[in-house]
Amino acid sequence: MSFMDILALIVPAAIVSAAPLIFTALGGVFSERSGVVNIGLEGLMLFGAFTGAVTIYYGEQLGLNGAAPWVSFIVAMIVGAMLASIHALASITLKADQVVSGVALNFLAAGLAIFLTKKIFNAGQTPVISERISKSDIPFLSDIPLIGKLFFSNAYLTSYVAVGVALIVWYVLYKTPFGLRLRSVGEHPMAADTMGINVTKVRYIGVLLSGALAGLGGAVYVASISGNFTHSTITGQGFMALAAMIFGKWHPLGALGAALFFGLAQAISISGSHIPFLQDIPKVFLLIAPYVLTILALAGLVGRADAPKALGTPYEKGKR
Amino acid sequence: MQNKNNKVKLLVPLFSVFLGLLIGGIIMLLSGYKPIEAYVALFQGMVGDPYFIGETIRQMSPLILSGLAVAFAFRTGLFNIGVEGQLLVGWLAAVYVGVTVDAPTIVHVPLAILAAAVAGALWGAVPGILKARFKVHEVITTIMMNYIALYSTNEIIRNFLLAPGERTENVKESASLASPFLQSITEYSTLHYGIIVALIAAVIMWFLLWRTTMGYELRAVGFNQHASQYAGINVSKNIVLSMAISGAFAGIAGSMEGLGTYQYMTINAAFTGVGFDGIAVALLGANSAIGVVLGAALFGGLKIGALNMQSIAGVPTELVGVVIALIIFFVACSYIVHWLMNRVSKGGKI
Repeated sequence: MSFMDILALIVPAAIVSAAPLIFTALGGVFSERSGVVNIGLEGLMLFGAFTGAVTIYYGEQLGLNGAAPWVSFIVAMIVGAMLASIHALASITLKADQVVSGVALNFLAAGLAIFLTKKIFNAGQTPVISERISKSDIPFLSDIPLIGKLFFSNAYLTSYVAVGVALIVWYVLYKTPFGLRLRSVGEHPMAADTMGINVTKVRYIGVLLSGALAGLGGAVYVASISGNFTHSTITGQGFMALAAMIFGKWHPLGALGAALFFGLAQAISISGSHIPFLQDIPKVFLLIAPYVLTILALAGLVGRADAPKALGTPYEKGKR
Repeated sequence: MQNKNNKVKLLVPLFSVFLGLLIGGIIMLLSGYKPIEAYVALFQGMVGDPYFIGETIRQMSPLILSGLAVAFAFRTGLFNIGVEGQLLVGWLAAVYVGVTVDAPTIVHVPLAILAAAVAGALWGAVPGILKARFKVHEVITTIMMNYIALYSTNEIIRNFLLAPGERTENVKESASLASPFLQSITEYSTLHYGIIVALIAAVIMWFLLWRTTMGYELRAVGFNQHASQYAGINVSKNIVLSMAISGAFAGIAGSMEGLGTYQYMTINAAFTGVGFDGIAVALLGANSAIGVVLGAALFGGLKIGALNMQSIAGVPTELVGVVIALIIFFVACSYIVHWLMNRVSKGGKI
């Protein structure tokens, strides 16, 4: 097996694994940049996966065919934002501990999704969907020698959308007035308030956007990777996305890079047994690699990463 | 003033439980189940007869310990989401000692529990060290450590302790907490002596925090790190110590499963959830030892009662997970309860 063959096996798989993480991590960027910790990404992603599976299933029945997954993405974004509004209400308006509220959100999403699955389908899982996002080559770009085969062939369209969304988020955060407001609210809410920015409103928008993107991440996971929803469809991807966001220093492009890196780690752990060099490493090391690397990265391997200053503290008007 | 505070402390959890059950009932109603029938079945499944009481108490012991672990860390200003991972390594350590060591019961059981405590403490100390030394937030590291624990313990079982059925051998008789006596008085439930260990642990936590110098320092660091530093308390040391003690409680929670309920350890496809439930238990119990015991009684009962609720009223057990989540939300938003109480006590005015 030549080096190129190995790359051709791993790189497309990494891009596929990364897409749901990218969306969810970008959601995390919105929420945490506005100063609200969102441990609930896991739950939001899980509920997005459930919503995606159900919408695609009924979309198929209604004859939406190839459009069903795309419709499900929109529905999952709306439902994700609705679910995130609970976290927003608790942690912004009611000044609850944001980490606790996020943990509760994870419980709620897991309980509710499986409760509803059992109620709707009388089984612990949704039926397997047939309309998935299909793998395809990108015209022209896939003809480029070397890179074309690696990056632009045999991949899902959603993966490229994910990269595009990361660029859009970067633009919104750093080049628009709204982005400036969002970041200022996360760094120094009182100063932002003094300048006439509605801290509560901006934070709500941040959390709702995180819900929408995490919901999208979950639905993309179902439409491209898992094909249905069970209690074990989302086990830790949301936390991985959270880690990717921190790994990427709360920056959209950093989060994109980290998510791609985690995608690579996952792809290696899945297809490692086919690769000569990696065959001899016990699989467990490949499985725990992303988590160990995150810890090492946080411990200073990639330099200081400073969280938004007001992260985790509810804003109280007039309190210094 | 003190009196009023205590009243609020008690009212917040009670009100939260009530609201959680109420919304759970509304969800049942909306999805076409009968809430009253379901809750009656749930209650009967908690304490309806000696068998259910035995099962509820059995379920309580790991929950008390994981609740103590979370509460202990909370008291010192830390958030230990890693109880699940610490529980898994503790479970493995206890089973390892239970399977490989030969000793009389009086030595074997304490030794296995000690092994679990040490394993949990070491696993918990890592995020503590990272926090103290590199200022890495413990919430993220403990979550990562959970996954590392899950995959690593599975791999260790697979390579060194595997028995037919994707699990380890049973622990030796001398390391078992199982009690034919307790089982016989509860119509052959799976009740075991673990509850005694859990209650002793609750007393130890109370004593450590409130009756020792170490506890005073730990709480001081929890209240205000900068003031503690100024007063000459070694903040870094206390952070590591707190996470290690918290991890020790979590490790012992794992030994409850290993030496009591199952007598072995399975290769876990996913987390047990006991560690995460500990967060809920600690919150509901206001991070006090006695509160944790009461909270564990409620959640242990809800989990056991859920099975009865499913078989009699047909409501999926996951509804209880939803109710527990709602209870945490309401406890976290105790602001609402304070606000409501203020309104009531001031005659309708805020």
